[in-house]
Amino acid sequence: MSSSKPAAWQEEVFALLKEARVRQVAWVPDAGHAHVISRVLADPEMRGIALTTEEEGVALACGAWLGGDRAALLMQSSGVGNCVNMLSLVLAGRFPFLVLVTMRGEWEELNEWQVPMGRATPAVLEAMGVRVLRADEPASAGETVRAALEAAFGRGEAVAVLLGQRLVGRKEWGVPR
Amino acid sequence: MTPPLRTIDRRAFVAELLGACPSALVVAGLGAPAYDLFAAGDRDESFYLWGAMGGAAAMGLGLALAQPKRSVVVLTGDGEQLMGLGTLATIGAQRPANLTLVVLDNGRYGETGMQESHTSLGTSLAKVALACGFAWAEEVSSADRVPVLAGRVRARDGCGLAQVLVRAEPLPRTLPGRDGVHLKERFRAALGLDGT
Repeated sequence: MSSSKPAAWQEEVFALLKEARVRQVAWVPDAGHAHVISRVLADPEMRGIALTTEEEGVALACGAWLGGDRAALLMQSSGVGNCVNMLSLVLAGRFPFLVLVTMRGEWEELNEWQVPMGRATPAVLEAMGVRVLRADEPASAGETVRAALEAAFGRGEAVAVLLGQRLVGRKEWGVPR
Repeated sequence: MTPPLRTIDRRAFVAELLGACPSALVVAGLGAPAYDLFAAGDRDESFYLWGAMGGAAAMGLGLALAQPKRSVVVLTGDGEQLMGLGTLATIGAQRPANLTLVVLDNGRYGETGMQESHTSLGTSLAKVALACGFAWAEEVSSADRVPVLAGRVRARDGCGLAQVLVRAEPLPRTLPGRDGVHLKERFRAALGLDGT
């Protein structure tokens, strides 16, 4: 996504996180998360945490919960692969866990190197016991994130929301396709 | 380069340090650091990792940000912290004043046959931490430093890393409980948090 004006669903995602009292938000960035990241960084009640690699965020979220904070992770599908063993902690301690994943490699993708992990993302999450929800339309993004927040912090589940590449928009490369 | 002398008794060091910081919240990484913590005396405010290698410091970061009025100590080993090297940069960016990483550095992978780790092969974790923006970091070669370190833990005035040069020696495994749900729930209960 190259446009500077955020889509309405992106503001809705931020508002839902805030309404659900998510305080720590950690990420390896993606353009599809850029609006939420900038809103979190500007919000004095929230803590934005830039990670060097996604699995740090899995452990961070469990530590946050241990101390009474709700956390959410933002990453792209390639980052899901980096999290695999660290998800053992979520399962072993039955920690509430929420990750929003922007998808690559599945819709109008120039870079075929993104395809293998994009294709494997739901299976990898499910193999590690994380429930997978998915949104492909702007109208359903908010309600899907709302359901995921309820699953994570209402029922203590580990849940991922895949934000489809069709929803997020293709990455612009500035080269003819 | 002369290799550092690793002479500190890890069990005695951990017991003395935590004895001087009785209200600290503690996360211990898998393997020997978890055994050391348990041997020093089990407490509800101790969380032991039995897996998730590389995650102890990041878990401590999330905890420290959630509990800024409590001192948070992460006990880990050189092997685990090397796996989470990037987390030192993440902590350096956040600089939680109440977080102390205590790396019990025997320069070896003690659980798997004492193979050399990168701290035996040239890496200084204390220097990495300083380069990442930690308020303080030091190589600790004598247990005489415990009172100073305990004072820093209690003061909560800047995130730090102590790379504690401990003897590489086989010790009895003092095994904490492995029920992660129980460990989580008792920790939260000790903080007055509800069970959900």
